[in-house]
Amino acid sequence: MSDPTLSFDEAMEQFDPVLGFEVHVELNTKTKMFSSAPNAFGDHPNSNVNEVDLGLPGVLPVVNKAAVESSIKIGLALNCEIAEYCRFARKNYFYPDTPKNFQTSQYDEPIAHDGWIDIELEDGEVFRVEIERAHMEEDAGKLTHMGGATGRIQGAEYSLVDYNRAGVPLVEIVTKPIVGAGRRAPELARAYVSAIREIVKNLGVSDARMERGNVRCDANVSLMPKGATKFGIRSETKNVNSLRSVEHAVRHEIQRHAAVLASGGKVTQETRHWHEDTRTTTAGRPKSDADDYRYFPEPDLVPIVATREWVESLRAQLPEPPAERRKRLKAAWGYSDPEFRDVVNAGVMDAIEETIAAGATPAAARKWWMGEIVGRAKVADVDPGELGVTSEAIVELNGLVEGGKLNNKMAGQVLDGVIAGEGTPTQVMEARGLVLVSDDGALLEAIDSALAAQPDVAEKIRGGKVQAVGAIVGGVMKATRGQADAGRVRELILEKLGVNA
Amino acid sequence: MNELIASTAAELAEKLAAKEVSSEEVTRAHLERIAEVDGGERGVHAFLHVNTEEALGVAREVDSLRAAGGDDAAELHPLAGVPIAIKDLIVTVGQPTTAGSRMLEGWMSPYDATVIKKIRAAKLPILGKTNLDEFAMGSSTEHSAFGPTRNPWDLDRIPGGSGGGSAAAVAAFEAPLALGTDTGGSIRQPGAVTGTVGVKPTYGAVSRYGAIAMASSLDQIGPVSRSVLDAALLQELIGGHDPFDSTSLTDSFDTLAEAARNGSVQGLRIGVVKELGGEGFQPGVEARFREALELLRGAGAEVVEVSCPNFQYALGAYYLIMPSEVSSNLAKFDGVRYGLRVLPKDGPLTIERVMGATRAAGFGDEAKRRIILGTYALSAGYYDAYYGSAQKVRTLIQRDFDAAFAQADVLISPTAPTTAFRLGEKLDDPLAMYLNDVATIPANLAGVPGLSLPGGLADEDGLPVGIQLLAPAREDARLYRVGAALESLLEAQWGGPLLSKAPVLGAAKTGEVN
Amino acid sequence: MAEITRDDVAHLAQLARIEMSADELDRMAGELAHIVDAVKSVSEVAGPDIPATSHPIALRNVFREDSVGHVLTPTEALSGAPDAADDRFKVPAILDEE
Ligand SMILES: [Mg+2]
Ligand SMILES: [Zn+2]
Repeated sequence: MSDPTLSFDEAMEQFDPVLGFEVHVELNTKTKMFSSAPNAFGDHPNSNVNEVDLGLPGVLPVVNKAAVESSIKIGLALNCEIAEYCRFARKNYFYPDTPKNFQTSQYDEPIAHDGWIDIELEDGEVFRVEIERAHMEEDAGKLTHMGGATGRIQGAEYSLVDYNRAGVPLVEIVTKPIVGAGRRAPELARAYVSAIREIVKNLGVSDARMERGNVRCDANVSLMPKGATKFGIRSETKNVNSLRSVEHAVRHEIQRHAAVLASGGKVTQETRHWHEDTRTTTAGRPKSDADDYRYFPEPDLVPIVATREWVESLRAQLPEPPAERRKRLKAAWGYSDPEFRDVVNAGVMDAIEETIAAGATPAAARKWWMGEIVGRAKVADVDPGELGVTSEAIVELNGLVEGGKLNNKMAGQVLDGVIAGEGTPTQVMEARGLVLVSDDGALLEAIDSALAAQPDVAEKIRGGKVQAVGAIVGGVMKATRGQADAGRVRELILEKLGVNA
Repeated sequence: MNELIASTAAELAEKLAAKEVSSEEVTRAHLERIAEVDGGERGVHAFLHVNTEEALGVAREVDSLRAAGGDDAAELHPLAGVPIAIKDLIVTVGQPTTAGSRMLEGWMSPYDATVIKKIRAAKLPILGKTNLDEFAMGSSTEHSAFGPTRNPWDLDRIPGGSGGGSAAAVAAFEAPLALGTDTGGSIRQPGAVTGTVGVKPTYGAVSRYGAIAMASSLDQIGPVSRSVLDAALLQELIGGHDPFDSTSLTDSFDTLAEAARNGSVQGLRIGVVKELGGEGFQPGVEARFREALELLRGAGAEVVEVSCPNFQYALGAYYLIMPSEVSSNLAKFDGVRYGLRVLPKDGPLTIERVMGATRAAGFGDEAKRRIILGTYALSAGYYDAYYGSAQKVRTLIQRDFDAAFAQADVLISPTAPTTAFRLGEKLDDPLAMYLNDVATIPANLAGVPGLSLPGGLADEDGLPVGIQLLAPAREDARLYRVGAALESLLEAQWGGPLLSKAPVLGAAKTGEVN
Repeated sequence: MAEITRDDVAHLAQLARIEMSADELDRMAGELAHIVDAVKSVSEVAGPDIPATSHPIALRNVFREDSVGHVLTPTEALSGAPDAADDRFKVPAILDEE
C-alpha cells in the first residue's frame, strides 16, 4: 500500500529539494475575526457561535481590530512590507465546515508581503527563508467523522459539525520557494516551523500550541535533478501539525518523489495527507478545475489602510526578537554555550523559562528538562512538551527532592507516574508508596549491619580513606530498597566512624 | 373604504398623537383590509405572513402608554402605533422569513434585522411579511415560490419586483408604510407600476444587517409609502449608523422629513438624463414625464439636459456584478445549518449530493440562472473580462454621475420604461424582464439615492407611471425636497393623490389570509 | 453568440452545487449564451487606466473592538438545523477528502 521510496542518501545523490511552506497561525484574540463571539478552545460544541459564525441569512462581518494589529505585528516580525492598502476577498468553495461556503480571506492584496527570517540550524548555521506574504483569514469549523472504523473521513457514515472554531482569526504565512537546503531540508523544515511558532508566541499574538492546532503547516516539496534550476512538480502535504512531523513529512516526500523520478515516472501535483502513525503520506485530491475559487473582493467589508503612523506605533510595541531573547536568557540563567545550545536544540527553552517562572532555579529547571524529560520524550518519540509535564509539577517534584522527601532515583519514578497521568508528584509519591527513609533510627540500624558486613571497609574509612564510604552507602541503599536519602546515610556513617568529611 | 386606511402615515401619526384614534383601531382596520383584499384566487396576495396578534399587542401597548401620559407618552416616536409591512427578505424574530424561496420555507430567524430593532423600539405594529421575487431576484414578483402578487390597479398585471408585495400592500391600502430592498430598482420600479412612493437611500444610509443579501455592494433597504413625507419619516426612523454593517455611513440623515415638509424647486437645476428615455420607453410614460418637467419649470426650476454616456453599459455591468455576488451570497443555502434539506433520489448519500439536491429543489429557475451566470463571470479565465470590466464600468458610471451633478442639483427620468405588464408576459424572456430596471440600475451601481413617485396614468392603458429623482450620494434630503414639491404640483393637478383613482378592491372576499 | 456548451454549464453547476438534468443543462446553456451576449460589451468599454470600483461609497478602516458580544446557546444555534446530534450539526458522509 505505501509508496516506494529511495533512501534519503540516494535521493540526495541525485536530486536537490525545493521546499515551500504555508503556515496557518491562529490568533489569540478574545473574539473572532468577523464576529464578537468568543475565540476559545475546547468549549462545549456550538456554544461559542452567534448568527455571524453560523452564516445565518442576513448577517454581515465586521473586522476585529486586534486581529488586524496582530497580523501587522506578525508581518513586521517577519521583516515584511505592510501594505498601505489591502482588502479581504471571498474564496468560494463548498464544504460543510465553512458556514457561508466561502472563506473570507485575502487574495491579491495581503496585509504583509516580501519579508524574510533567518533560521538557525542545530549547528549554528543560519539559513535565510524568504516570505512571500502573510494574509488574514478565518478558520473553519471542526468536523468529527462518525461511524467509520478509523474515525477518518473515509468510510464514515456521517459527520458532526461544531462551528466554535469557525471565524477564529488566522494569519497564513507563505514562503517563497526555498532552494539550496540540500540534505538539511528536513531539518530546515522543522526549524522554520519552530521559528514561526517562536515568533508568534513571542509576539503574544498566538498561543502557538501545535497540539491544539494553533500553528498548522502545509509543506510543499519538489525535487529537481542535481544542478538543475527548473523546479519540479510539487506535492503539498496538508496539516503537518508537530515539529517532528514536519521534519519527517519533508523527508518522506523527498524520498517518495525521488523514487518516482528515479524510475522515470512523473510526480503528480496533488495534496497529500500525513499519517503520523506510519510516517507516510497518501494521495489526496489532485489539483484541478475544482480549485476554481472564484475570488472577488469582499463587498461586505471595506479596505484596510495601514497608515505609517499606525504601523510604526505597532512596531514600537514589538517585544524583543527571539534571537535577542535567547541571548538575554542565556546570560540570565548562567548556562554555558553548549548547555544553552543543547537546551535550544532540545526545544525546551520556553519550558525552562516557564519552570523558572514557576519557582525553580535555572540549574534545577535545566536538570529536570535536560536530565530527565528530554530523554523520556526521545524514548516515547514525541516532543518534550507533549509528555504533559507542567512546570508546576516540576517545581513540586524538585521541592520534594530538595526537602528530602525523595531521592533522585525515586523522583525519576514519580516523574514516570506523572507522565503516566497518575496525578501530581505528591499524589504519585503517595500512591506508589515512595517514601524516603530518613528516620535516623531506621538508618542507623541498617548502617550497623552494613558496617558489620564489611569490617575491612569500615577500617579503611576510619583510617581516613573517606571515598570508601560509597561501598557502605551502597549496602544501606540495597537494604532499604533505594528508599533512603543517600546523603543523610553518608553523613551518619562518617559521624558513626568519627571521621570528618 | 375605511377612512383610517386611506390616511397617510403622517396623518395617522397626528390622529394618534391627538388621541382621535387608537393604534388598535388603526391596526385592526389594516388587518381587516388585508383579510378583505389580500387572500383568495383574485386577491392581491401582498402578504406571505400576517402577524395579527403581535401587531395588536404592540398597538395596545402604544395606546396604553399614550393613555397613561407622562414621560413615556411624550417620548413615543412620532410614528409609534402606525402599522408597517416588512418585505420578507428582512429577518424578524417571531415570524417566518422566507425570502420568497422554498429554501427558507418556515425558517424562523433567531435575530432581528437592525431596521426591525429600530421599528420595534419605535413601536410600529408589524402587520406581516410581504411577498417578493425569490431572494429579491426579479422585476415582477412572479419569481416568488409562493405565487405572484397582483397589481391593485389591475389584478391581471404585475406589481413590479422584487418588492411587489410591499408596493402592492401600500397601494391596496393594506398598510400605510412598508419596507423594501432595492438592488437594481426593487423599491422604485414596483413603486412606479403601483402608483406609490419608493426610495432607495444612499448606499450605507440604512443598515443592511438582517436583510438577506442578494448583491451586497448594491442592496439597500428603503421606505415604501403613499407620500413623499411618509417615506422621509420612515427613512429617518430606519436610517443611521450601525456598527454591525461595515458599509454603514456615519453621516446623519435627520433632516429628511423637514426637507419633505419644505418641498421646493425654485431656482433648482434639474437634469434630464438623455440616455434614460427614448427607445424602449412607452409613449404614455414619456408623455407623463414631459408634463412633469413642464410643471417643474413652471414652479421655477431650471430644466437642463445632461448626458451620461456610460449608462448604456449599466445594465450589462449590473448583470455581471449582481449575479457574481449572488452566486457567493446564496452559497450558504446548502441544507446543513438551516432551511431545506433534500436527499438525492438515488445513488450514494453524501453531503455533496445532498447539497446539490437541496439547491436544485430549493431554488427556482431565476435564482439558478443568476447563480450559474455569476459562477461563470467569476470563474478563472473570465474574471477580468466580465467581473473586472463591470467594476470598471462602475467607475465610469460614477464619473458620469459626477459630471451630471456638476450641471444639475438633481437628475430626473422615468422610473421604469413601461407601465405594469401582464402576469406571465415576460416570464419566459429573462432579458426582456431585465430591461425593466434600465433606469434604476445606475443609482445602485454608483450608490446614489433615488426616489420614485407617481407621475400620472399612461394614456394607452390607464396605469401608473413613475418618475425617478436622483441626487448625489448622501444628499437624500434633496430628493425629498424636490419629490415633495413635484408631488404637490401633480396632486394639485389631479385634485388628490393618484391612488384615489385606483379601482375599488374588495370584491375578493373569498379567501383567508395565511 | 457566446459559446457556452452543456459541459461548461455542467461544470458551473458542479462549482455551484446545483444538480441539473440534461434538459436543464441544455436550456441553461442557451439562456446563458444569450445573456452573456447582451452584457459582453462591458468588457470593451473600460481600458487598463480605469480603476475598478468594488464598493459604491469609499470607506476605509471600519473595525470592531475585540470584546465579546452576544452568543447563541447551542440550542438556539441548532434551532434551524435539518439534522443534529450531540449539539452538533449532522451531515451525511463527506465523499471528498478532508
Ligand atoms: Mg493555503
Ligand atoms: Zn489559508
